[in-house]
Amino acid sequence: MAEPPVFERIKAGTQPEYLHTAYRSSEKRAPTQPLILLPPTLSERTGPMFGQSAVLPTDSDLTAQHPGAPLGERIVVTGRVLAEGGKPVRGALIEVWQANAAGRYQHKNDRHNAPLDPNFTGCGRALTDSDGRYKFLSIKPGAYPWGNHHNAWRPAHIHFSIFGDGLLSRLVTQMYFPGDPLLPFDPIYNCISDEQAKQRLISSFDWENTSPLYALGFKFDIVLRGREATPMENR
Amino acid sequence: MSHVPTASQTVGPFFSIGFSGMCRAELAPHAAAGAGVTVRGRVLDGEGNPVPDAVLEIWHADREGKYDSRTANETRMAEGAPPGFGRIATNDQGEFRFTTSKPGAVREPDGRVQAPHLAVVLFMRGLLRHLVTRIYFSGESANPSDPVLNLIPPERRGTLLAAASSEDSDQFSWEIRLQGERETVFFEA
Repeated sequence: MAEPPVFERIKAGTQPEYLHTAYRSSEKRAPTQPLILLPPTLSERTGPMFGQSAVLPTDSDLTAQHPGAPLGERIVVTGRVLAEGGKPVRGALIEVWQANAAGRYQHKNDRHNAPLDPNFTGCGRALTDSDGRYKFLSIKPGAYPWGNHHNAWRPAHIHFSIFGDGLLSRLVTQMYFPGDPLLPFDPIYNCISDEQAKQRLISSFDWENTSPLYALGFKFDIVLRGREATPMENR
Repeated sequence: MSHVPTASQTVGPFFSIGFSGMCRAELAPHAAAGAGVTVRGRVLDGEGNPVPDAVLEIWHADREGKYDSRTANETRMAEGAPPGFGRIATNDQGEFRFTTSKPGAVREPDGRVQAPHLAVVLFMRGLLRHLVTRIYFSGESANPSDPVLNLIPPERRGTLLAAASSEDSDQFSWEIRLQGERETVFFEA
């Protein structure tokens, strides 16, 4: 009897496994049964698309959402959203959220004893342009402690959520900062076994977009699974 | 740069800061809207405890089984979210509830027909990658021949069927169990 085709959907090691015991929250939440391989149907190849009216131009400036300026180091975060083939993804909705400069989130469940900033919510949205480019103005988030293990600290990061061309391309990830001494100790960053894939989550310092006398630039490019991506057969 | 897709990371516990602007528990109706349905349920972890910090995204076709194209959406963007899309966070009891219009059967380009269903993408702290699952409606005549349900071992298919509270009811219940007995079927799409 012929064996059913084996689909390789993900290059080995480039995406996290669901169970990563160093990250304790995964233990009771990661599925234990094998996932069912689903050759993509119209339901996965299509997906919600968001137009200009979903995003206000001011949504991409996290430093201008309150009467005063937030405390912290101003940063410009730019990059491109590309599909697997290297083509730009235009009109992709990006949502970002982050802690303030002191490492505190504007959220009722964040009990870290660091000050809130009345001038910083930490929420932004943008659509990519025809070249797949996006740009946010923000402040550099602080590191913060969490309860995963003794003296656990998350490296500074910005959460990114991206809607590309279809449900298959849906991605939520985190952008880190170059040279952060906490990265080697963070179980969330280190859940990816492929070293290259891991390092691509670290933004690069960007002179080109560093704004004189105003803000430091960081570049973060994102690659999404393509709508037309066909599963590769191993044999 | 490498064109291998960027690695996923968890949404963490504070996703509502970024997601709340686009949360929709009453999905915008399609131009071709089907009958209204309400789906409610809970998300449970491996110990059977409710998950109070999960978020579901829903995507589904219209009454005729068509997925809205981008152009069609442009005229209906006043509310920000296109028809057939919903995003619902669980409450402190791990419960979710949403209303929408029931989709029709979806005809694939190869002629196969998918039974009416809602695609579900699930995020939460503890999930380093999102999970993909589906909601089908129990008792649908197209369920037994649905090509996706038929990929699943028969004894596990029931985890994707939302049960009507009574015959002909528009109220459905459906639970997500992340682990254990009756663990929900999740897909690698």
